[in-house]
Amino acid sequence: MLGTAHDARPRPRPGPARQWGSMSDLLSRIATDRSDEAFRSLFDEYRPRVRRYMLQQGADGDLADELAQETLVTVWRKAALYSSEKGSPSAWIFTIARNLRIDRIRRQRGWQELTDEHAANIPSEDEPADSRVDQQQRQVRVQAALRDLPPEQIEAVTLAFIEGLPHSEIAERLSLPLGTVKSRIRLAYAKLREALDELR
Amino acid sequence: MSIKNHPDPATLLSFAAGTLPEALAAAVAAHAALCAECRGEIADMELIGASLMLRTEPVERPTRSVVRAPAPGLPSPKLPATTRDFHDDRLPSPIARVYGLTFDTIPWKRLGPGVWHHRLPLTDGVEGDLRLLKIAAGRRMPEHGHGGSELTLVLDGAYSDETGTFRFGDIQDVDEDIEHTPMADPDVGCVCLIASDRPARFKGLVARLVQPWTGL
Repeated sequence: MLGTAHDARPRPRPGPARQWGSMSDLLSRIATDRSDEAFRSLFDEYRPRVRRYMLQQGADGDLADELAQETLVTVWRKAALYSSEKGSPSAWIFTIARNLRIDRIRRQRGWQELTDEHAANIPSEDEPADSRVDQQQRQVRVQAALRDLPPEQIEAVTLAFIEGLPHSEIAERLSLPLGTVKSRIRLAYAKLREALDELR
Repeated sequence: MSIKNHPDPATLLSFAAGTLPEALAAAVAAHAALCAECRGEIADMELIGASLMLRTEPVERPTRSVVRAPAPGLPSPKLPATTRDFHDDRLPSPIARVYGLTFDTIPWKRLGPGVWHHRLPLTDGVEGDLRLLKIAAGRRMPEHGHGGSELTLVLDGAYSDETGTFRFGDIQDVDEDIEHTPMADPDVGCVCLIASDRPARFKGLVARLVQPWTGL
């Protein structure tokens, strides 16, 4: 048994873990109480970042404003559908923004689903729900692993996610053969995979 | 059911980033609907996107700031439908849903002896090619024109090439520089979804199809 000194609840650690934790709380307050105040906090936190993402993806200022607004409106509307217990709110919001971008900036049909829908559809025989460490912990791990990637790998991954470039355009931008771009991305992902597999 | 062949991680990452060309994205979505492993990988890759998008360095605050929670009843943003109304053993739900098809109602059109296809239209102006292909037992798959990236997802039966055998749910992810000669299973043939980020080279295809494969 732990002594009394250890009975005190651990103080929340600063940094991303706490930040994502509180974002989950905000989401669940939005979902259950329709809390205007919670929405405002979430809005202030995410809107500038989603707007920046849209600008980097090629939207002009007005469209970036509009799409950032729409992303957060979607969060408001769909908060009740999102399982905040295990999910990463950031990943969920990223996928909402990504899908809006495919639809409105790239003007293609989006085949991607929102992230909670993947999680919900992982069958239990493959991966029991309890064995899958929650996405918030995985998010923290990914964040840390990204910091350790060699610059040329993080560059390739960032050009894909943030500037929205297909592999062929990354190759053009960096004056590299397509195969080299793909292998940098594979190497980057292999390192993240390794960091995530340690969680199991 | 065990799926042995998956998309290249670089292809999955491009899908998660939302940069994979539309036809290829359709094939990845169809594979992911059948493959829990790839759904998990895509979810993990989306964590990368979240980390990069939401990284904490200072961002410029927008000048216009509307912070009121929206009133109910606003028109819903256009996002992909999330219902899974179409359940069919062989036609993956994203394809079934978007094109309103079931495996048994695919309106096959004959391309040549032992080969049928059904083209799945992409968004106007988007380059690429997405189609369902049905090949009779033992027949060679038509040359559908490389020169870009190509994904082939098996929906029924099987096919083999120099690299191995592909069965239900398997996806073959090939680059422009791969030469291969796939052959439909000698007993049951093959139905697959073929996606390419380039238009199909139809001339060669039709020419090749009018004569049965003779081993040349």
